[in-house]
Amino acid sequence: MIATACAIALVAISAAMLLCLYRALVGPDMPTRILALDTLTINAIGLVVLAGVYWGTELYFEVALLFAMVGFLTTVAYCKYILRGNVME
Amino acid sequence: MPDFGDIAVASLICLGAFFLFVGSLGLAKLPDLMRRLHGPTKATTLGIGAMLIASMLYFLMKGDEFSIQELLITTFLFLTAPVTALMVAKAHLLLDKSERKNLPPTGRDVDWSVYDAPRKTQQSENVQSEGN
Repeated sequence: MIATACAIALVAISAAMLLCLYRALVGPDMPTRILALDTLTINAIGLVVLAGVYWGTELYFEVALLFAMVGFLTTVAYCKYILRGNVME
Repeated sequence: MPDFGDIAVASLICLGAFFLFVGSLGLAKLPDLMRRLHGPTKATTLGIGAMLIASMLYFLMKGDEFSIQELLITTFLFLTAPVTALMVAKAHLLLDKSERKNLPPTGRDVDWSVYDAPRKTQQSENVQSEGN
């Protein structure tokens, strides 16, 4: 039963990632692309947690935590670059 | 005959995947950035939250010890999601010139903080001199 739910969730998250990719490629301005990349990272975290449940290992939580940290840092760095023209001042 | 825990984990996984999909659908479908910001917040809080509760329940059911990492990921995401939304909105306000006309006047001699550098006003000088 959990395996079936994982299969359904895999399809849904893959479709969500394709939608984010579409917005990142088409998106008319830069903040939209940044937002799309951030949402792509969120979906990747969901996928990693799903893989951890499917294969029954707790090894993947560190990966999810790293994804969360790096995704947040890259988003803030991109926005900072737009706002100030520089990342580190 | 599946037991109650399996049903709970499976339904939480489906709920999380549904909200992740809805968040990305909102991102792809809504017309402008201020409205597009709504979608991914649902994906972050409800989607990832339900997935992490599902995995916490699953590993608790498997008989392993209670792991703290899910709570760490949840806390980190809940703390960083508003900061991300604020930064994206500020970048949008700076780049889009038409948004500036829609803002109400500040009522002071300084403009909104995205557009105007902080300036030393008479009041803050008085406060500073009183402090000295």
